[in-house]
Amino acid sequence: MIDGLSFDIAHLLAGALVLISLLMLYQDRLTALINVFAAQAVTLALSVAWQACVQGAPHLYITAAITLALKAIVIPLALHRIIKILGIHRELDQAVGVGPTMLAGVALVALALVVMLGVTSSGGDRIAREDLAFALSVVLLGLLMMVTRRNAVGLVVGFMSLENGLVLAATGARGMPLVVEISVAFSVLIAFIVIGVFLFRIRERFETVDVAALDQFRGDRG
Amino acid sequence: MSVDALLAVLLIPALAAAALALVPGYRVSAALNVVASAATFVAAASLFFTRPAGGLYLRVDDLSVVFIVLSAFVGLTTSVFSASYIAHEVEIGRLTPARLRFYHAMYQALLFAMNLALVANNIGLMWVAIELATLTTVMMVAVYRTHEAIEAAWKYFILASVGIALALFGTILVYVAAQPVVGAGLPGMVWTRLIVAARRMDPALLNLAFVFLLLGYGTKVGLAPLHAWLPDAHAEGPTPISAVLSGLLLNVALYAVLRFKMLLAANPGAVAPGPLMITMGLVSLIFAAFMLYRRRDIKRLFAYSSIEHMGIIAFAFGMGGPLANFAGLLHMTMHSLTKSAIFFNVGHVAQVKGAQSIADIRGLTVTHPVLGWTLAASVMAIAGLPPFGIFTSEFLVVSSTFARQPLLAVPLVFGLIIAFGALLLRLQGLAFGEPSPGAARARASYLPMFGHLALVLTAGVFFPPLITQWFQHVARLLG
Repeated sequence: MIDGLSFDIAHLLAGALVLISLLMLYQDRLTALINVFAAQAVTLALSVAWQACVQGAPHLYITAAITLALKAIVIPLALHRIIKILGIHRELDQAVGVGPTMLAGVALVALALVVMLGVTSSGGDRIAREDLAFALSVVLLGLLMMVTRRNAVGLVVGFMSLENGLVLAATGARGMPLVVEISVAFSVLIAFIVIGVFLFRIRERFETVDVAALDQFRGDRG
Repeated sequence: MSVDALLAVLLIPALAAAALALVPGYRVSAALNVVASAATFVAAASLFFTRPAGGLYLRVDDLSVVFIVLSAFVGLTTSVFSASYIAHEVEIGRLTPARLRFYHAMYQALLFAMNLALVANNIGLMWVAIELATLTTVMMVAVYRTHEAIEAAWKYFILASVGIALALFGTILVYVAAQPVVGAGLPGMVWTRLIVAARRMDPALLNLAFVFLLLGYGTKVGLAPLHAWLPDAHAEGPTPISAVLSGLLLNVALYAVLRFKMLLAANPGAVAPGPLMITMGLVSLIFAAFMLYRRRDIKRLFAYSSIEHMGIIAFAFGMGGPLANFAGLLHMTMHSLTKSAIFFNVGHVAQVKGAQSIADIRGLTVTHPVLGWTLAASVMAIAGLPPFGIFTSEFLVVSSTFARQPLLAVPLVFGLIIAFGALLLRLQGLAFGEPSPGAARARASYLPMFGHLALVLTAGVFFPPLITQWFQHVARLLG
């Protein structure tokens, strides 16, 4: 009974993460996108905390706390500030239309479920198995988001949501060691990316952080 | 005593990085950089003789020691080259002393991260180390702070981040596969336990994991079609970093791929990892060979040549078997030595000519005979002409392929010939003909360049039997 309930809650939270990833796909304003991302980070923190509780692994609470503090509060605030300074908080940001993006997103989720459930059907931990399927969906949706966003801030949000999927996978794998270390290492990476975006602008090297503008230098293709 | 060598390989660069972040004068820090690299090399070389007992986190085995020694050696010679290179960069004002402090600290941090990745006995630790190596190189590529450098660093950062994110997913999948067999917790990530238990793991999970790992770490190896970051990062960063990227970092990523390949090979139910690597290797080789013709920037030219050679190496390891693995190891060593020698040379050339564009560099043998002829010799070496070592290793790759899969040898030889033509074509303009302006004398330290070329030449003429035996032994380990 308890087992069934704990499974359902884990399932619910992981499913919510996938749903929020899909929500992020069709946000065409950056402000909204960042807010939805913050919501995903909160959900992830809850999910990690639940895994910590279910698995009796107190170190996972650290990962949950890092996720909550950094990805749900600090980074969204920083990103809001960046887009305000850049004056792009009202801009639309979609390289591909919403329709095709959503279709591609749904297809990727289906692919993730087919691949993961097919591969792991030979027994094993049910939570781990379904968590992995959800995690792969979030990873693939994050990749899709990185492809469909033209703006560097959108790109960063896409990457961070991809990383949310990885944290979900790592915490879902029962007893996985070094999860805290890995999530710290990843947070450093993300912090650097955000600082990078910020520095570009402060140094005024680029007129915009539009990734299309980055392409003006095309190597020696001339 | 013996455990100390293993720790020294990690602690020397780590402490040196901390110290270099505090030393203000760039002459002192350049010297300190060389001293620390030399100490690391001595510690690494001693691993050949005393093999420390490993633990759950760190371990040295016969495969990793080859990579560590090669890495420490090129790290040492590059630090010597770097000392003379940056002195010039400071004079012309491209680098400020404050940035140099950062540069030197990052150089040692990179050596630390690469050594950590090579001695890690833990797939999670290895992932963290490779991520750290990525971060340090990104910051070094951006050190000039020009528009192009920042763009190259950004591109590298995003692509490499996605790569290592995929690699992490693969790592998690390996753990999920290992957990029912090895048990939960730390042992589920330890190489020595994984490789023993690989036979009983779920093959389907391992297959899926390998796809993610090959894509993820393959991005860092620079295999096509995931190579897009490589030419930009090589061209826009400081030349010593181009040498370290090509000579070392690509190898470290390849080492990670090889480790997981061994894991898959130990499981009878898993898909053979070879064909995937062969395909990616051939695509990289042929794609890069054609791209060589259209390069106008000298560092970009040799960056594409690195993609080509990583393709050959991935191909050789993908073929597998003692002979092809031996050829792959030899080729990797020869490529590291030759390519870093070329970048040392190109660094000096770009400084005396004040340009990186191939059109602005002509007739080097007339204005700078030493640089010009060395460049000619090293380009011939990298193109695979005898008597240099790369000829031997390419010959071995081709002949072992002919013996087993004659059809695969056709695209391989085709790619080699295309690349050969491109390099000789470019060399003609660079080294001979009417010289371009820019006759300033190079105040270079030629020692690293000559040292590398001498080694490559020696290896081509006479390969020490001791090292041959060692490589053969490692080649058998690789399966």
